[in-house]
Amino acid sequence: MPETMIVSRGLRRVYKTNRQEVEAVRRVDFAVEQGEIVGFLGPNGAGKTTTLRMLTTLLEPSGGEAMVAGSDLRLDPLGVRRSIGYVAQGGSTDPEVRAGEEIVDHARMYGTELSVARGNGEALFRQLDLDGMWDRRCKTLSGGQRRRLDIAMGLVHQPQLIFLDEPSTGLDPQSRANLWEHIARLRTDLGTTVFLTTHYMDEADVLCDRILVIDDGLIVAQGTPDGLKRKVAGDSVVLSLEDQRSTVVVAELVSHLEGATEPVIDGTEVRFQVPEGASALPMLLRAMVERNVDATGVQVHRPTLDDVFLIMTGRSLRDGAESATDRAAA
Amino acid sequence: MRFMTDTWLVFSRAMRLSLRNPVWVILGLLQPILYLTLFGPLLEPVANAPGFPPGTAWQVFVPGLLVQLAVFGAAFAGFGLIAEWRAGVVERMRVTPASRGALLLGRVLRDVVVIVVQGAMLSLVAVVFFGLEAPMGSLIAGVAIVALLGGAFSALSYGTALKLKSEDSFAPVINGLLLPILLLSGILLPMALAPGWLQTVADVNPLTHVVDGVRALYIDDLASNEVVIGSAVTVGLLLVGVLYGSWVFRKESA
Repeated sequence: MPETMIVSRGLRRVYKTNRQEVEAVRRVDFAVEQGEIVGFLGPNGAGKTTTLRMLTTLLEPSGGEAMVAGSDLRLDPLGVRRSIGYVAQGGSTDPEVRAGEEIVDHARMYGTELSVARGNGEALFRQLDLDGMWDRRCKTLSGGQRRRLDIAMGLVHQPQLIFLDEPSTGLDPQSRANLWEHIARLRTDLGTTVFLTTHYMDEADVLCDRILVIDDGLIVAQGTPDGLKRKVAGDSVVLSLEDQRSTVVVAELVSHLEGATEPVIDGTEVRFQVPEGASALPMLLRAMVERNVDATGVQVHRPTLDDVFLIMTGRSLRDGAESATDRAAA
Repeated sequence: MRFMTDTWLVFSRAMRLSLRNPVWVILGLLQPILYLTLFGPLLEPVANAPGFPPGTAWQVFVPGLLVQLAVFGAAFAGFGLIAEWRAGVVERMRVTPASRGALLLGRVLRDVVVIVVQGAMLSLVAVVFFGLEAPMGSLIAGVAIVALLGGAFSALSYGTALKLKSEDSFAPVINGLLLPILLLSGILLPMALAPGWLQTVADVNPLTHVVDGVRALYIDDLASNEVVIGSAVTVGLLLVGVLYGSWVFRKESA
Protein backbone atom coordinates (compact mmCIF):
# COMPACT_ATOMS: atom_id res chain seq x y z
CA MET A 1 0.00 0.00 0.00
CA PRO A 2 1.48 3.39 -0.94
CA GLU A 3 2.25 5.68 1.99
CA THR A 4 0.89 8.70 0.20
CA MET A 5 -2.56 8.02 -1.18
CA ILE A 6 -3.09 11.15 -3.24
CA VAL A 7 -0.56 13.55 -4.68
CA SER A 8 -2.05 16.25 -6.85
CA ARG A 9 0.22 18.65 -8.69
CA GLY A 10 -1.28 21.56 -10.54
CA LEU A 11 -4.47 19.72 -11.40
CA ARG A 12 -6.79 21.98 -13.35
CA ARG A 13 -9.94 21.73 -15.38
CA VAL A 14 -11.34 24.10 -17.95
CA TYR A 15 -14.87 23.80 -19.30
CA LYS A 16 -15.48 25.16 -22.75
CA THR A 17 -18.88 26.66 -23.27
CA ASN A 18 -20.02 28.20 -26.54
CA ARG A 19 -17.88 31.30 -26.39
CA GLN A 20 -15.78 31.28 -23.30
CA GLU A 21 -13.62 29.04 -21.21
CA VAL A 22 -14.58 28.58 -17.61
CA GLU A 23 -11.83 27.57 -15.20
CA ALA A 24 -13.68 25.34 -12.73
CA VAL A 25 -10.43 24.25 -11.07
CA ARG A 26 -7.46 26.58 -11.49
CA ARG A 27 -4.69 24.82 -9.67
CA VAL A 28 -4.94 22.18 -6.98
CA ASP A 29 -1.86 20.97 -5.10
CA PHE A 30 -2.07 18.71 -2.09
CA ALA A 31 -1.16 15.32 -0.68
CA VAL A 32 -3.15 12.84 1.39
CA GLU A 33 -1.31 10.27 3.51
CA GLN A 34 -2.41 6.69 4.01
CA GLY A 35 -5.01 6.40 6.78
CA GLU A 36 -5.95 10.06 6.85
CA ILE A 37 -9.48 11.43 6.79
CA VAL A 38 -9.25 14.60 4.75
CA GLY A 39 -12.09 17.04 4.19
CA PHE A 40 -12.40 19.12 1.07
CA LEU A 41 -14.30 22.19 2.12
CA GLY A 42 -15.76 24.97 0.07
CA PRO A 43 -18.99 26.59 -1.08
CA ASN A 44 -21.02 25.20 -3.97
CA GLY A 45 -19.32 25.91 -7.27
CA ALA A 46 -15.85 26.22 -5.72
CA GLY A 47 -14.53 23.23 -7.67
CA LYS A 48 -14.92 20.45 -5.11
CA THR A 49 -16.87 18.00 -7.23
CA THR A 50 -14.84 18.77 -10.36
CA THR A 51 -11.62 17.98 -8.49
CA LEU A 52 -13.15 14.80 -7.12
CA ARG A 53 -14.32 13.69 -10.55
CA MET A 54 -10.84 14.23 -11.93
CA LEU A 55 -9.24 12.22 -9.13
CA THR A 56 -11.70 9.36 -9.70
CA THR A 57 -10.97 9.21 -13.49
CA LEU A 58 -14.46 10.42 -14.44
CA LEU A 59 -13.20 13.67 -15.87
CA GLU A 60 -10.00 14.24 -17.78
CA PRO A 61 -7.85 17.00 -16.28
CA SER A 62 -7.04 19.93 -18.57
CA GLY A 63 -3.63 20.17 -16.94
CA GLY A 64 -1.47 18.94 -14.11
CA GLU A 65 -0.90 15.44 -12.84
CA ALA A 66 -1.82 13.22 -9.93
CA MET A 67 -0.93 9.91 -8.31
CA VAL A 68 -3.96 8.25 -6.79
CA ALA A 69 -3.56 5.10 -4.67
CA GLY A 70 -0.15 4.52 -6.24
CA SER A 71 -1.23 4.80 -9.89
CA ASP A 72 -0.75 7.66 -12.28
CA LEU A 73 -4.09 9.26 -13.02
CA ARG A 74 -3.28 9.96 -16.66
CA LEU A 75 -1.17 6.92 -17.56
CA ASP A 76 -3.00 4.24 -15.61
CA PRO A 77 -6.62 5.23 -14.92
CA LEU A 78 -7.53 1.54 -14.72
CA GLY A 79 -5.06 1.09 -11.86
CA VAL A 80 -6.69 4.01 -10.08
CA ARG A 81 -10.18 2.58 -10.60
CA ARG A 82 -9.14 -0.78 -9.15
CA SER A 83 -7.96 0.73 -5.86
CA ILE A 84 -10.53 3.39 -5.11
CA GLY A 85 -14.17 3.62 -4.15
CA TYR A 86 -16.34 6.57 -5.05
CA VAL A 87 -19.66 7.63 -3.59
CA ALA A 88 -21.22 10.30 -5.77
CA GLN A 89 -23.27 13.17 -4.48
CA GLY A 90 -26.50 12.21 -6.22
CA GLY A 91 -26.75 8.52 -5.33
CA SER A 92 -25.82 5.40 -7.25
CA THR A 93 -28.65 2.88 -7.14
CA ASP A 94 -31.49 2.04 -9.49
CA PRO A 95 -34.87 2.52 -7.77
CA GLU A 96 -36.25 -0.70 -9.27
CA VAL A 97 -33.33 -2.96 -8.37
CA ARG A 98 -33.07 -4.81 -5.07
CA ALA A 99 -30.44 -3.46 -2.71
CA GLY A 100 -28.61 -6.77 -2.36
CA GLU A 101 -28.45 -7.33 -6.12
CA GLU A 102 -27.10 -3.83 -6.64
CA ILE A 103 -24.24 -4.29 -4.19
CA VAL A 104 -23.30 -7.78 -5.39
CA ASP A 105 -23.30 -6.69 -9.05
CA HIS A 106 -21.18 -3.69 -8.18
CA ALA A 107 -18.59 -5.79 -6.38
CA ARG A 108 -18.53 -8.19 -9.33
CA MET A 109 -17.55 -5.35 -11.64
CA TYR A 110 -14.29 -5.21 -9.68
CA GLY A 111 -13.74 -8.88 -10.43
CA THR A 112 -14.77 -10.01 -6.94
CA GLU A 113 -15.93 -13.64 -6.72
CA LEU A 114 -19.69 -14.03 -6.31
CA SER A 115 -19.48 -15.63 -2.87
CA VAL A 116 -17.00 -13.02 -1.63
CA ALA A 117 -19.14 -10.22 -3.08
CA ARG A 118 -22.17 -11.55 -1.23
CA GLY A 119 -20.23 -11.96 2.00
CA ASN A 120 -18.76 -8.45 1.85
CA GLY A 121 -22.14 -6.99 0.98
CA GLU A 122 -23.90 -8.73 3.84
CA ALA A 123 -21.20 -7.65 6.30
CA LEU A 124 -21.50 -4.03 5.17
CA PHE A 125 -25.29 -4.17 5.47
CA ARG A 126 -24.85 -5.21 9.10
CA GLN A 127 -22.22 -2.55 9.82
CA LEU A 128 -24.23 0.23 8.20
CA ASP A 129 -27.53 -0.68 9.89
CA LEU A 130 -29.12 -1.99 6.72
CA ASP A 131 -30.21 -5.31 8.19
CA GLY A 132 -33.26 -6.73 6.46
CA MET A 133 -32.89 -4.40 3.46
CA TRP A 134 -31.18 -6.96 1.20
CA ASP A 135 -34.30 -7.90 -0.79
CA ARG A 136 -35.92 -4.50 -0.73
CA ARG A 137 -36.09 -2.40 -3.88
CA CYS A 138 -33.91 0.67 -3.57
CA LYS A 139 -36.87 2.99 -4.06
CA THR A 140 -38.50 1.65 -0.90
CA LEU A 141 -35.55 2.62 1.31
CA SER A 142 -35.57 5.86 3.31
CA GLY A 143 -33.20 8.68 2.37
CA GLY A 144 -30.77 7.78 5.10
CA GLN A 145 -30.87 4.07 4.26
CA ARG A 146 -30.30 4.77 0.60
CA ARG A 147 -27.34 7.02 1.41
CA ARG A 148 -25.83 4.30 3.60
CA LEU A 149 -26.40 1.85 0.76
CA ASP A 150 -24.45 4.18 -1.55
CA ILE A 151 -21.60 4.13 0.94
CA ALA A 152 -21.76 0.37 1.32
CA MET A 153 -21.55 0.09 -2.48
CA GLY A 154 -18.46 2.30 -2.50
CA LEU A 155 -16.82 0.03 0.07
CA VAL A 156 -17.87 -3.41 -1.09
CA HIS A 157 -14.64 -4.13 -3.00
CA GLN A 158 -12.59 -3.02 0.02
CA PRO A 159 -10.78 -0.08 -1.57
CA GLN A 160 -7.68 1.42 0.01
CA LEU A 161 -9.04 4.89 -0.63
CA ILE A 162 -12.62 6.09 -0.71
CA PHE A 163 -13.95 9.35 -2.09
CA LEU A 164 -17.20 10.60 -0.56
CA ASP A 165 -18.91 13.50 -2.27
CA GLU A 166 -21.13 15.34 0.23
CA PRO A 167 -21.87 12.13 2.15
CA SER A 168 -24.38 13.58 4.60
CA THR A 169 -26.30 16.04 2.44
CA GLY A 170 -30.02 15.62 2.88
CA LEU A 171 -29.79 13.55 6.05
CA ASP A 172 -31.45 14.37 9.34
CA PRO A 173 -29.14 15.24 12.27
CA GLN A 174 -29.35 11.77 13.80
CA SER A 175 -28.50 10.00 10.55
CA ARG A 176 -25.62 12.41 10.00
CA ALA A 177 -24.10 11.71 13.40
CA ASN A 178 -24.59 8.01 12.74
CA LEU A 179 -22.86 8.32 9.37
CA TRP A 180 -19.92 10.17 10.90
CA GLU A 181 -19.43 7.28 13.29
CA HIS A 182 -19.34 4.85 10.37
CA ILE A 183 -16.87 6.97 8.43
CA ALA A 184 -14.58 7.33 11.43
CA ARG A 185 -14.74 3.57 11.91
CA LEU A 186 -13.59 2.97 8.33
CA ARG A 187 -10.18 4.14 9.30
CA THR A 188 -9.93 2.47 12.68
CA ASP A 189 -11.33 -0.88 11.53
CA LEU A 190 -10.12 -1.14 7.94
CA GLY A 191 -7.32 1.41 7.62
CA THR A 192 -9.18 3.02 4.73
CA THR A 193 -8.09 6.47 3.65
CA VAL A 194 -11.07 8.81 3.33
CA PHE A 195 -11.31 11.89 1.16
CA LEU A 196 -14.62 13.68 1.49
CA THR A 197 -16.12 16.91 0.30
CA THR A 198 -18.53 18.86 2.41
CA HIS A 199 -19.88 22.31 2.88
CA TYR A 200 -20.82 21.61 6.47
CA MET A 201 -18.31 23.12 8.89
CA ASP A 202 -19.33 20.91 11.78
CA GLU A 203 -18.86 17.81 9.64
CA ALA A 204 -15.33 18.77 8.65
CA ASP A 205 -14.58 19.73 12.23
CA VAL A 206 -15.79 16.49 13.83
CA LEU A 207 -14.64 14.06 11.20
CA CYS A 208 -11.46 15.22 9.53
CA ASP A 209 -7.81 15.00 10.51
CA ARG A 210 -7.04 17.64 7.96
CA ILE A 211 -8.98 20.11 5.88
CA LEU A 212 -8.34 21.60 2.47
CA VAL A 213 -10.27 24.79 1.83
CA ILE A 214 -11.04 25.41 -1.83
CA ASP A 215 -12.50 28.59 -3.19
CA ASP A 216 -12.92 29.64 -6.79
CA GLY A 217 -10.82 26.73 -8.06
CA LEU A 218 -7.85 27.31 -5.78
CA ILE A 219 -6.83 25.80 -2.45
CA VAL A 220 -6.76 28.78 -0.15
CA ALA A 221 -5.86 27.05 3.12
CA GLN A 222 -5.01 23.65 4.52
CA GLY A 223 -4.31 22.22 7.94
CA THR A 224 -5.90 20.46 10.88
CA PRO A 225 -9.26 21.87 11.96
CA ASP A 226 -7.67 23.22 15.16
CA GLY A 227 -4.59 24.49 13.34
CA LEU A 228 -6.67 26.34 10.80
CA LYS A 229 -8.75 27.93 13.49
CA ARG A 230 -5.67 28.90 15.48
CA LYS A 231 -3.98 30.32 12.42
CA VAL A 232 -6.82 32.59 11.55
CA ALA A 233 -8.06 33.85 14.86
CA GLY A 234 -7.32 33.07 18.47
CA ASP A 235 -9.92 32.15 21.04
CA SER A 236 -12.26 34.91 22.04
CA VAL A 237 -12.27 35.52 25.82
CA VAL A 238 -14.93 37.49 27.67
CA LEU A 239 -14.35 38.27 31.37
CA SER A 240 -17.23 39.63 33.46
CA LEU A 241 -16.06 41.65 36.45
CA GLU A 242 -17.64 43.21 39.55
CA ASP A 243 -17.04 46.88 38.79
CA GLN A 244 -15.44 49.48 36.52
CA ARG A 245 -12.28 49.70 38.63
CA SER A 246 -11.55 46.00 38.07
CA THR A 247 -11.81 46.35 34.28
CA VAL A 248 -8.90 48.79 34.21
CA VAL A 249 -6.76 46.41 36.27
CA VAL A 250 -7.64 43.43 34.12
CA ALA A 251 -7.08 45.34 30.89
CA GLU A 252 -3.60 46.18 32.10
CA LEU A 253 -2.93 42.48 32.92
CA VAL A 254 -4.18 41.40 29.52
CA SER A 255 -1.86 43.76 27.70
CA HIS A 256 1.07 41.83 29.23
CA LEU A 257 -0.35 38.50 28.04
CA GLU A 258 1.64 36.98 25.20
CA GLY A 259 -0.10 37.11 21.85
CA ALA A 260 -3.26 38.70 23.20
CA THR A 261 -5.02 41.42 21.23
CA GLU A 262 -5.73 44.90 22.61
CA PRO A 263 -8.44 44.37 25.27
CA VAL A 264 -11.80 46.05 24.73
CA ILE A 265 -13.67 47.28 27.83
CA ASP A 266 -17.41 47.12 27.52
CA GLY A 267 -19.19 48.13 30.71
CA THR A 268 -17.98 45.65 33.33
CA GLU A 269 -16.76 43.23 30.69
CA VAL A 270 -13.31 42.86 29.15
CA ARG A 271 -12.98 41.20 25.73
CA PHE A 272 -9.87 40.10 23.93
CA GLN A 273 -8.46 37.44 21.65
CA VAL A 274 -5.61 35.16 22.54
CA PRO A 275 -4.03 32.29 20.52
CA GLU A 276 -4.60 29.62 23.20
CA GLY A 277 -7.42 30.66 25.48
CA ALA A 278 -7.32 27.49 27.52
CA SER A 279 -3.69 27.94 28.60
CA ALA A 280 -3.72 31.75 28.89
CA LEU A 281 -6.72 31.96 31.19
CA PRO A 282 -5.33 30.20 34.31
CA MET A 283 -2.32 32.53 34.28
CA LEU A 284 -4.53 35.56 33.96
CA LEU A 285 -6.86 34.43 36.74
CA ARG A 286 -3.93 33.81 39.07
CA ALA A 287 -2.60 37.31 38.39
CA MET A 288 -6.07 38.71 39.07
CA VAL A 289 -6.20 37.00 42.47
CA GLU A 290 -2.85 38.56 43.38
CA ARG A 291 -4.30 41.98 42.52
CA ASN A 292 -7.49 41.24 44.48
CA VAL A 293 -9.80 41.32 41.49
CA ASP A 294 -12.57 38.74 41.13
CA ALA A 295 -14.18 37.57 37.94
CA THR A 296 -17.93 36.89 38.08
CA GLY A 297 -17.91 35.03 34.80
CA VAL A 298 -15.55 33.71 32.12
CA GLN A 299 -16.39 32.75 28.55
CA VAL A 300 -13.95 31.23 26.10
CA HIS A 301 -15.35 31.06 22.62
CA ARG A 302 -13.45 28.80 20.22
CA PRO A 303 -13.45 30.14 16.67
CA THR A 304 -15.51 28.01 14.32
CA LEU A 305 -14.46 26.91 10.85
CA ASP A 306 -17.08 29.35 9.65
CA ASP A 307 -14.88 32.15 11.06
CA VAL A 308 -11.93 30.60 9.26
CA PHE A 309 -13.73 30.43 5.96
CA LEU A 310 -14.99 33.97 6.34
CA ILE A 311 -11.50 35.30 6.89
CA MET A 312 -9.92 33.12 4.18
CA THR A 313 -12.37 33.88 1.42
CA GLY A 314 -14.10 37.05 2.52
CA ARG A 315 -17.48 35.36 2.53
CA SER A 316 -19.28 32.78 4.55
CA LEU A 317 -20.02 29.30 3.23
CA ARG A 318 -23.71 30.06 3.15
CA ASP A 319 -23.21 33.12 0.94
CA GLY A 320 -21.31 30.93 -1.48
CA ALA A 321 -24.14 28.45 -1.62
CA GLU A 322 -26.64 31.22 -2.28
CA SER A 323 -24.65 32.84 -5.04
CA ALA A 324 -24.18 29.47 -6.74
CA THR A 325 -27.93 28.95 -6.66
CA ASP A 326 -28.46 32.42 -8.04
CA ARG A 327 -26.08 31.66 -10.86
CA ALA A 328 -27.92 28.45 -11.64
CA ALA A 329 -31.23 30.27 -11.63
CA ALA A 330 -29.98 33.09 -13.86
CA MET B 1 -12.03 -12.44 -21.13
CA ARG B 2 -12.49 -9.55 -18.78
CA PHE B 3 -14.60 -7.85 -21.43
CA MET B 4 -16.88 -10.90 -21.72
CA THR B 5 -17.38 -11.15 -17.96
CA ASP B 6 -18.20 -7.45 -17.71
CA THR B 7 -20.62 -7.64 -20.64
CA TRP B 8 -22.31 -10.65 -19.05
CA LEU B 9 -22.66 -8.80 -15.73
CA VAL B 10 -24.23 -5.74 -17.33
CA PHE B 11 -26.44 -7.95 -19.50
CA SER B 12 -27.73 -10.08 -16.64
CA ARG B 13 -28.45 -7.03 -14.51
CA ALA B 14 -30.49 -5.48 -17.35
CA MET B 15 -32.15 -8.80 -18.23
CA ARG B 16 -33.16 -9.40 -14.62
CA LEU B 17 -35.04 -6.09 -14.65
CA SER B 18 -36.76 -6.90 -17.96
CA LEU B 19 -37.81 -10.34 -16.74
CA ARG B 20 -39.28 -8.80 -13.62
CA ASN B 21 -41.53 -6.73 -15.86
CA PRO B 22 -42.33 -8.95 -18.86
CA VAL B 23 -45.46 -6.86 -19.49
CA TRP B 24 -43.34 -4.50 -21.61
CA VAL B 25 -42.32 -7.27 -23.97
CA ILE B 26 -45.99 -8.04 -24.59
CA LEU B 27 -46.96 -4.37 -24.91
CA GLY B 28 -44.20 -3.90 -27.48
CA LEU B 29 -45.85 -6.65 -29.54
CA LEU B 30 -49.26 -5.04 -29.39
CA GLN B 31 -48.55 -2.46 -32.08
CA PRO B 32 -47.28 -4.85 -34.80
CA ILE B 33 -50.12 -7.26 -34.08
CA LEU B 34 -52.64 -4.44 -34.47
CA TYR B 35 -51.02 -3.59 -37.81
CA LEU B 36 -51.20 -7.23 -38.80
CA THR B 37 -54.89 -7.45 -37.93
CA LEU B 38 -56.17 -4.05 -39.00
CA PHE B 39 -53.88 -3.07 -41.87
CA GLY B 40 -52.65 -6.36 -43.31
CA PRO B 41 -56.00 -7.38 -44.87
CA LEU B 42 -56.00 -4.14 -46.91
CA LEU B 43 -52.91 -5.34 -48.70
CA GLU B 44 -54.32 -8.64 -49.89
CA PRO B 45 -56.26 -7.25 -52.87
CA VAL B 46 -53.37 -4.88 -53.72
CA ALA B 47 -50.83 -7.69 -53.87
CA ASN B 48 -51.73 -8.51 -57.44
CA ALA B 49 -51.54 -4.93 -58.67
CA PRO B 50 -48.83 -4.09 -61.21
CA GLY B 51 -45.61 -2.90 -59.55
CA PHE B 52 -46.21 -4.85 -56.32
CA PRO B 53 -43.11 -6.88 -55.55
CA PRO B 54 -43.12 -10.67 -55.88
CA GLY B 55 -44.71 -12.68 -53.08
CA THR B 56 -48.02 -12.70 -51.23
CA ALA B 57 -49.29 -9.70 -49.27
CA TRP B 58 -48.03 -11.30 -46.02
CA GLN B 59 -44.61 -12.11 -47.43
CA VAL B 60 -44.26 -8.42 -48.23
CA PHE B 61 -45.90 -7.01 -45.12
CA VAL B 62 -44.50 -9.13 -42.27
CA PRO B 63 -40.83 -8.27 -42.98
CA GLY B 64 -41.76 -4.59 -42.75
CA LEU B 65 -43.46 -5.14 -39.41
CA LEU B 66 -40.45 -7.04 -38.08
CA VAL B 67 -38.14 -4.18 -39.01
CA GLN B 68 -40.52 -1.69 -37.44
CA LEU B 69 -40.72 -3.73 -34.27
CA ALA B 70 -36.94 -3.88 -33.95
CA VAL B 71 -36.26 -0.26 -34.82
CA PHE B 72 -38.97 1.19 -32.60
CA GLY B 73 -38.23 -1.06 -29.66
CA ALA B 74 -34.51 -0.37 -29.79
CA ALA B 75 -34.55 3.32 -30.61
CA PHE B 76 -36.37 4.17 -27.40
CA ALA B 77 -34.03 2.11 -25.21
CA GLY B 78 -32.12 5.31 -24.50
CA PHE B 79 -34.93 6.52 -22.23
CA GLY B 80 -34.05 3.82 -19.74
CA LEU B 81 -30.40 4.86 -19.85
CA ILE B 82 -31.25 8.49 -19.11
CA ALA B 83 -33.16 7.30 -16.04
CA GLU B 84 -30.16 5.20 -15.00
CA TRP B 85 -27.83 8.12 -15.56
CA ARG B 86 -30.03 10.34 -13.42
CA ALA B 87 -30.02 7.76 -10.62
CA GLY B 88 -26.19 7.80 -10.74
CA VAL B 89 -25.94 4.20 -11.93
CA VAL B 90 -23.97 5.01 -15.08
CA GLU B 91 -21.41 7.09 -13.24
CA ARG B 92 -21.08 4.45 -10.54
CA MET B 93 -20.30 1.84 -13.19
CA ARG B 94 -17.84 4.12 -14.95
CA VAL B 95 -15.72 4.38 -11.79
CA THR B 96 -15.26 0.60 -11.74
CA PRO B 97 -12.50 -1.04 -13.82
CA ALA B 98 -15.22 -2.59 -16.03
CA SER B 99 -14.72 -2.06 -19.75
CA ARG B 100 -16.64 0.93 -21.10
CA GLY B 101 -17.60 -1.09 -24.15
CA ALA B 102 -19.13 -3.73 -21.87
CA LEU B 103 -21.30 -1.12 -20.17
CA LEU B 104 -22.85 -0.47 -23.58
CA LEU B 105 -22.79 -3.96 -25.04
CA GLY B 106 -24.41 -5.64 -22.04
CA ARG B 107 -27.40 -3.34 -22.39
CA VAL B 108 -27.54 -3.74 -26.19
CA LEU B 109 -27.49 -7.51 -25.77
CA ARG B 110 -30.52 -7.37 -23.50
CA ASP B 111 -32.43 -5.40 -26.17
CA VAL B 112 -31.37 -7.92 -28.82
CA VAL B 113 -32.72 -10.79 -26.73
CA VAL B 114 -36.02 -8.99 -26.21
CA ILE B 115 -36.31 -8.37 -29.96
CA VAL B 116 -35.57 -12.01 -30.73
CA VAL B 117 -38.42 -13.06 -28.44
CA GLN B 118 -40.80 -10.49 -29.87
CA GLY B 119 -39.76 -11.23 -33.47
CA ALA B 120 -40.28 -14.96 -32.98
CA MET B 121 -43.71 -14.37 -31.46
CA LEU B 122 -44.72 -12.03 -34.28
CA SER B 123 -43.54 -14.51 -36.94
CA LEU B 124 -45.45 -17.28 -35.21
CA VAL B 125 -48.67 -15.25 -35.07
CA ALA B 126 -48.25 -14.31 -38.76
CA VAL B 127 -47.79 -17.94 -39.79
CA VAL B 128 -50.51 -19.45 -37.60
CA PHE B 129 -53.27 -16.84 -37.83
CA PHE B 130 -52.60 -14.94 -41.05
CA GLY B 131 -51.33 -17.65 -43.33
CA LEU B 132 -47.84 -16.29 -43.91
CA GLU B 133 -45.94 -18.83 -46.00
CA ALA B 134 -42.18 -18.92 -45.66
CA PRO B 135 -39.59 -21.66 -45.07
CA MET B 136 -38.58 -22.21 -41.43
CA GLY B 137 -34.99 -21.26 -42.18
CA SER B 138 -36.09 -17.97 -43.72
CA LEU B 139 -38.28 -17.14 -40.73
CA ILE B 140 -35.35 -17.73 -38.38
CA ALA B 141 -32.91 -15.81 -40.56
CA GLY B 142 -35.41 -12.95 -40.76
CA VAL B 143 -35.60 -12.69 -36.96
CA ALA B 144 -31.80 -12.86 -36.76
CA ILE B 145 -31.28 -9.99 -39.23
CA VAL B 146 -33.89 -7.90 -37.49
CA ALA B 147 -32.32 -8.60 -34.10
CA LEU B 148 -28.94 -7.36 -35.34
CA LEU B 149 -30.66 -4.29 -36.75
CA GLY B 150 -32.24 -3.74 -33.35
CA GLY B 151 -28.80 -4.01 -31.78
CA ALA B 152 -27.55 -1.26 -34.07
CA PHE B 153 -30.40 1.05 -33.18
CA SER B 154 -30.19 0.35 -29.48
CA ALA B 155 -26.46 1.19 -29.47
CA LEU B 156 -27.15 4.41 -31.38
CA SER B 157 -29.98 5.18 -28.99
CA TYR B 158 -27.79 4.68 -25.88
CA GLY B 159 -25.05 6.84 -27.35
CA THR B 160 -27.48 9.63 -28.20
CA ALA B 161 -29.18 9.37 -24.80
CA LEU B 162 -25.91 9.66 -22.91
CA LYS B 163 -24.93 12.64 -25.03
CA LEU B 164 -28.23 14.48 -24.50
CA LYS B 165 -28.96 13.33 -20.92
CA SER B 166 -32.49 14.69 -21.04
CA GLU B 167 -35.75 13.03 -22.03
CA ASP B 168 -37.00 16.37 -23.28
CA SER B 169 -34.41 16.63 -25.99
CA PHE B 170 -34.03 12.88 -26.58
CA ALA B 171 -37.69 12.28 -27.48
CA PRO B 172 -37.93 14.84 -30.32
CA VAL B 173 -34.56 13.78 -31.74
CA ILE B 174 -35.55 10.12 -31.87
CA ASN B 175 -39.06 10.80 -33.19
CA GLY B 176 -37.74 13.25 -35.75
CA LEU B 177 -35.28 10.69 -37.09
CA LEU B 178 -37.46 7.58 -36.89
CA LEU B 179 -40.50 8.78 -38.78
CA PRO B 180 -38.75 9.71 -42.06
CA ILE B 181 -36.45 6.68 -41.84
CA LEU B 182 -39.42 4.32 -41.44
CA LEU B 183 -41.62 6.06 -44.04
CA LEU B 184 -38.78 5.95 -46.55
CA SER B 185 -38.05 2.27 -46.09
CA GLY B 186 -41.24 0.91 -47.67
CA ILE B 187 -42.30 -0.80 -44.47
CA LEU B 188 -46.04 -0.43 -44.95
CA LEU B 189 -46.19 -0.37 -48.74
CA PRO B 190 -43.36 -1.39 -51.04
CA MET B 191 -41.32 1.45 -52.47
CA ALA B 192 -41.79 -0.12 -55.91
CA LEU B 193 -45.18 1.67 -55.92
CA ALA B 194 -43.56 5.06 -55.33
CA PRO B 195 -42.83 7.75 -57.94
CA GLY B 196 -39.26 7.97 -59.19
CA TRP B 197 -37.97 10.73 -56.92
CA LEU B 198 -39.30 9.00 -53.81
CA GLN B 199 -37.63 5.74 -54.85
CA THR B 200 -34.32 7.54 -55.26
CA VAL B 201 -34.55 8.97 -51.74
CA ALA B 202 -35.55 5.58 -50.36
CA ASP B 203 -32.57 3.91 -52.01
CA VAL B 204 -30.25 6.01 -49.87
CA ASN B 205 -32.01 4.82 -46.72
CA PRO B 206 -30.19 1.75 -45.35
CA LEU B 207 -33.42 0.39 -43.84
CA THR B 208 -34.93 -0.01 -47.32
CA HIS B 209 -32.27 -2.58 -48.08
CA VAL B 210 -32.84 -4.43 -44.84
CA VAL B 211 -36.59 -4.67 -45.51
CA ASP B 212 -35.96 -5.78 -49.10
CA GLY B 213 -33.49 -8.38 -47.85
CA VAL B 214 -35.98 -9.98 -45.45
CA ARG B 215 -38.67 -9.93 -48.15
CA ALA B 216 -36.34 -11.77 -50.50
CA LEU B 217 -35.67 -14.29 -47.72
CA TYR B 218 -39.38 -14.98 -47.32
CA ILE B 219 -39.85 -15.87 -50.99
CA ASP B 220 -36.96 -18.28 -50.54
CA ASP B 221 -34.55 -16.25 -52.65
CA LEU B 222 -31.69 -17.02 -50.30
CA ALA B 223 -28.81 -16.23 -52.60
CA SER B 224 -30.34 -13.11 -54.10
CA ASN B 225 -28.57 -9.76 -54.13
CA GLU B 226 -31.21 -8.33 -51.82
CA VAL B 227 -30.42 -10.80 -49.05
CA VAL B 228 -26.68 -10.22 -49.35
CA ILE B 229 -27.03 -6.44 -49.44
CA GLY B 230 -29.62 -6.41 -46.65
CA SER B 231 -27.40 -8.50 -44.36
CA ALA B 232 -24.31 -6.44 -45.20
CA VAL B 233 -26.15 -3.18 -44.49
CA THR B 234 -27.38 -4.59 -41.16
CA VAL B 235 -23.89 -5.62 -40.08
CA GLY B 236 -22.57 -2.23 -41.20
CA LEU B 237 -25.21 -0.40 -39.15
CA LEU B 238 -24.45 -2.57 -36.14
CA LEU B 239 -20.76 -1.72 -36.41
CA VAL B 240 -21.44 2.00 -36.70
CA GLY B 241 -23.87 1.88 -33.78
CA VAL B 242 -21.57 -0.01 -31.44
CA LEU B 243 -18.55 2.13 -32.32
CA TYR B 244 -20.47 5.34 -31.76
CA GLY B 245 -22.08 4.07 -28.56
CA SER B 246 -18.84 2.87 -26.98
CA TRP B 247 -17.12 6.09 -28.00
CA VAL B 248 -19.74 8.06 -26.08
CA PHE B 249 -19.48 5.72 -23.07
CA ARG B 250 -15.73 6.15 -23.04
CA LYS B 251 -15.64 9.90 -23.59
CA GLU B 252 -18.73 11.32 -22.05
CA SER B 253 -18.54 12.63 -18.53
CA ALA B 254 -21.63 10.86 -17.30
